Amino acid sequence: MARIDLVDLAHSYGGNGDTDSYALKPVTMTWRQGGAYALLGPSGCGKTTLLNLISGIVTPSHGRILFDGKDITKASTRERNIAQVFQFPVIYDTMTVGQNLAFPLRNRGVPKGEIDKRVAEIARLLDLTPELDRKATRLTADAKQKISLGRGLVRSDVAAVLFDEPLTVIDPELKWQLRSKLKALHRELDLTMIYVTHDQTEALTFADTVVVMHDGRVVQSGTPAELFDKPAHTFVGYFIGSPGMNIIAAEISGREARIGGRTIALSRSYAALPSPATIEIGVRPEFVDIAEPAPDLLSANIERIDDLGRIRFARVRIGDVKFAARVPGGFAPSGATVGLKFQPDHVHVYADSRLVEGA
Amino acid sequence: MDKTINQKAWFLVLPVFLVVAFSAILPLMTVVNYSMQDTFGNNQFFWNGVGWFKELLDPSTDLGSRFFASLWRNLFFSGVILAIEVPLGIVVALSMPRDGWRVAFCLVVLALPLLIPWNVVGTIWQIFGRPDIGLFGYVLNSAGIDYNYVSNEFDAWFTVILMDVWHWTSLVALLCYAGLKSIPDAYYQAAQIDGASRWAVFTAIQLPKMHRVLLIAVLLRFMDSFMIYTEPFVVTGGGPGNSTTFISIELVKIALGQFDLGKAAALSLVYNLIILIVCWLFYTVMTNAGAERRPVQGGA
Repeated sequence: MARIDLVDLAHSYGGNGDTDSYALKPVTMTWRQGGAYALLGPSGCGKTTLLNLISGIVTPSHGRILFDGKDITKASTRERNIAQVFQFPVIYDTMTVGQNLAFPLRNRGVPKGEIDKRVAEIARLLDLTPELDRKATRLTADAKQKISLGRGLVRSDVAAVLFDEPLTVIDPELKWQLRSKLKALHRELDLTMIYVTHDQTEALTFADTVVVMHDGRVVQSGTPAELFDKPAHTFVGYFIGSPGMNIIAAEISGREARIGGRTIALSRSYAALPSPATIEIGVRPEFVDIAEPAPDLLSANIERIDDLGRIRFARVRIGDVKFAARVPGGFAPSGATVGLKFQPDHVHVYADSRLVEGA
Repeated sequence: MDKTINQKAWFLVLPVFLVVAFSAILPLMTVVNYSMQDTFGNNQFFWNGVGWFKELLDPSTDLGSRFFASLWRNLFFSGVILAIEVPLGIVVALSMPRDGWRVAFCLVVLALPLLIPWNVVGTIWQIFGRPDIGLFGYVLNSAGIDYNYVSNEFDAWFTVILMDVWHWTSLVALLCYAGLKSIPDAYYQAAQIDGASRWAVFTAIQLPKMHRVLLIAVLLRFMDSFMIYTEPFVVTGGGPGNSTTFISIELVKIALGQFDLGKAAALSLVYNLIILIVCWLFYTVMTNAGAERRPVQGGA
């Protein structure tokens, strides 16, 4: 168990070169002991690279990694005492389920009695007890992945357990169960867990802290609520939430944003915006209502309405920009054109995709 | 479901049937025919029934003793070369690079012996091992080792085995390498995470994953070594004495040297049968091992 610090950590698979081409751009951050973290981002954003750097499968080309203040940048995976579960099940063909679970302990010379106890415990937590004496090769993909998870969790002294999209191969029903199980295990075992995924639901339900990555960069790290309410980067706004945040170019002056000649009130004042920069405002569809067109409202053309059951979203267009907005209960638009009502508290201003704090 | 009956389909099978008939079945039947008869030349044949087979399988007769002696030699030879080539092939495959230009280099070097025709391999080693002009034989003799494959039984065996190892270890190595390449990186990474030693990685991951290619390698090498003819014939000619006379060499001696067509035919049928049985055994073992490895569907 350890606190993990990343100091200016960066990695480029091709050796050196321009920072922009790095698989992981320099990042400095701290992972708390006992935290449940999710690394969220689309494929190819560098999240697996970051995970492999922490576990030691990949040695970073730049920067340092500290476990409890001790520099382990060059240490081998074995010395780091990390557990990792991979996307596809890895099982040792010739062994039984029980021997598979015991493998990481046997390799470290743990006494036999201790091994049996831990294996029995993990098998109980993962409902693998009836399969313990079966050959691991004869099981389904689901069960095999449970064995992989079990091997990750069987050591009680690990610095952290890393999960690399471990539920990809699992059926949706079981996926739900396993995710809750992981969450429960996290509480029970008090381990630092880092969970890589591209599925926001998985990330938001599993983690206390979600780290969003985009194009090799960590763009925001925060609680699910923070990511939802105050995305630090337009990418976070767009990637988290369904539908994602609306982003539209605007001119800002003081407490007002202007789009196509109409004015939208802001709750904070933006005096000094960086310049030159692309200025945009971002607002989640949940905080924009459609209404009958009115002279003081930004007008838009309805394309379709998605009924999600609890809530209805109108897909509209402002000029060329696609936009989503809530349809208030009982409201039915009378024509193809509607007005948009913004909630000023939830309108954020972005300069070159980064959040600008107002005063 | 209704089956469409179309007798014209036979025309599609017919060419294959004809080819197989002329290339395999008819020659084989000729051999069966010879094995039941005796001849004193002049194309005159006498019915002998299973006489040749009885004689062949009775070690007290001349034919039987020659057959069994060469059969044991063959089995011993196959056993020895398998015991050397399989572990050696695995070691070579394990020590090959996994990527980069060195892979292509290693593959070419390994493939070279496989591309050389059998009789050329024999000739190479026949000259290579000569104490007077062969590099290998000359060096050994200069080092004080009395090496002469023409006069010494042990040296003859040593040369024939070394030649086979040189010629065929590459095949085992290439097959194993293919098996190793098919192991996803995640397995090695998981083993690293699990703290597995090099030996544990080998026994828990690499060996089980090579299981199938190894069976193929053993099957191919057994069949080939059991049928070996050209190389020992060129190098030692079956000698000194009869010490390296394998079944195939014995067969040629009987058929072409003594022109005992009946005995030779009976011997070749039994020889063929042994190879078929061994292949069938291997095949059964392989397919059963495969069935056992398929995951059970359903219950988790």
